[in-house]
Amino acid sequence: MFQIFAKNRMWRKQPLKHRYEVVIIGGGVHGLSTAYYLGKLGVTDVAVLDKGYLGGGASARTTAIIRSNYLTPEGIPFFNESVKLYEGLAKELNFNLLFNQMGRLDLGHTDSAVYGLRMRTEFNRILGVDSRLIGPKEIKKLVPSIDLREGKHFPILAALYHPPCGVIRHDAVVWGYGRGADRQGAELHPFTEVTGIDRTNGRVTGVETSQGLVKANTVISATAGWSSTIAKMVDLELPITTHALQAMVTEPLKPFLDKTISSANLHAYVYQTDRGEVVIGGGVDPYPSYSQRSTFQQMEELAANTLEMFPCLKNVNVLRQWAGLCDMTPDYAPILGPVDGIEGFILSCGWGSWGFKAAPVAGKRVAELIATGETPELIKPFSLSRFREGNLVNERAAAPAAAIH
Amino acid sequence: MAFLLNCPNCGERNVHEFRFGGEATSRPTPNSTPDDWIRYFYNRGNVAGVQREWWNHRYGCRKWFFALRDTVSNQIQETLWP
Repeated sequence: MFQIFAKNRMWRKQPLKHRYEVVIIGGGVHGLSTAYYLGKLGVTDVAVLDKGYLGGGASARTTAIIRSNYLTPEGIPFFNESVKLYEGLAKELNFNLLFNQMGRLDLGHTDSAVYGLRMRTEFNRILGVDSRLIGPKEIKKLVPSIDLREGKHFPILAALYHPPCGVIRHDAVVWGYGRGADRQGAELHPFTEVTGIDRTNGRVTGVETSQGLVKANTVISATAGWSSTIAKMVDLELPITTHALQAMVTEPLKPFLDKTISSANLHAYVYQTDRGEVVIGGGVDPYPSYSQRSTFQQMEELAANTLEMFPCLKNVNVLRQWAGLCDMTPDYAPILGPVDGIEGFILSCGWGSWGFKAAPVAGKRVAELIATGETPELIKPFSLSRFREGNLVNERAAAPAAAIH
Repeated sequence: MAFLLNCPNCGERNVHEFRFGGEATSRPTPNSTPDDWIRYFYNRGNVAGVQREWWNHRYGCRKWFFALRDTVSNQIQETLWP
């Protein structure tokens, strides 16, 4: 029993080798989950490189909402598989992830918004996702503290209720995947910045890092926020702009809210953590930026819009605020898979505001792609070539879809 | 991070008075290849550094102008008429 006090390292510290089968750029939840699932498929000669510490970028700034009530026939099965993987993840990684499937309400304030929610509900149900449309009576029962008065600026007419939606301890997911990947033989190298990618005859041969040259057959770009910078190393331009998404947390309160509440019209989502703090998120700066700092304007808007839903929060203080980088694609869907003309270079980017919830499925399917050489059906619609072919996914149920365009 | 933007017409104002109009790109000619159009429609430089972009003084003089902005520090180097 004294083992619980032993100072075991979560992952080993190893010298950087000169050659790996697979190099993953970015040691966040996506990079580490890819390394983990690669190990499960028998590919263990893997290095995960990150310029900072592991899970210190977007994985540390996410509001960690896991859901699958999307709108498109491409997006729903993809995110649904991710929710399923998250449900069994704590057991699989043998690490407590504090996954709390609290359920979620997407509010409709206008007739057209309710129409959209109804469409989403039906798409969800056809594709086997637990969603239903509920009226004010049931909303009141689920969330007694919500302001349901009629005749106000944004009256609450109906809501899409999605019971499997949950919130997870995001750092634990990163650490769990990191430990899992390490135990299967992958090497994790924090503070190793990739400065260039080498190619010969249209094939990736390795990466230049701040610790020296590393050869590799396959290079995966899993860097949220910096995808365009990495893609430029192989002379690739991506349909991505980087925006900062802002969030904040209030002081701890008594438990009053056990659902995630989101409103597309108000550009805000709210939930109460197990510690009692209220997490408020959703504001995306309308201009692209790599600056991870909040703006007063955005926080003011978030606070006002939250009060529209929960006037009871009016005297509550904000404790912390932050911003994280989101790689926004024109159709609010990720870019996954190989790139035509650059062999051995695999993209896992464009993760906008829907990245954390997709980490298990993206890691698993990208690992499958590398191990078998064939793109799995589930991620085929998300290839980079969809922009050339005109097959955009148009995932309008993503959080900032209403805010930016 | 919020910042001030120097409208060539009205002077320095809060960025929230302005509308961001995208990176400055050049429109392909009718004779351009489909690849050029795809690049124009979707692909962006998305530089972590100084880029030239369109801004509109939405809550002011409603004029469009260019700004050279550092996307990492959000510092405006220069604003100019198109």
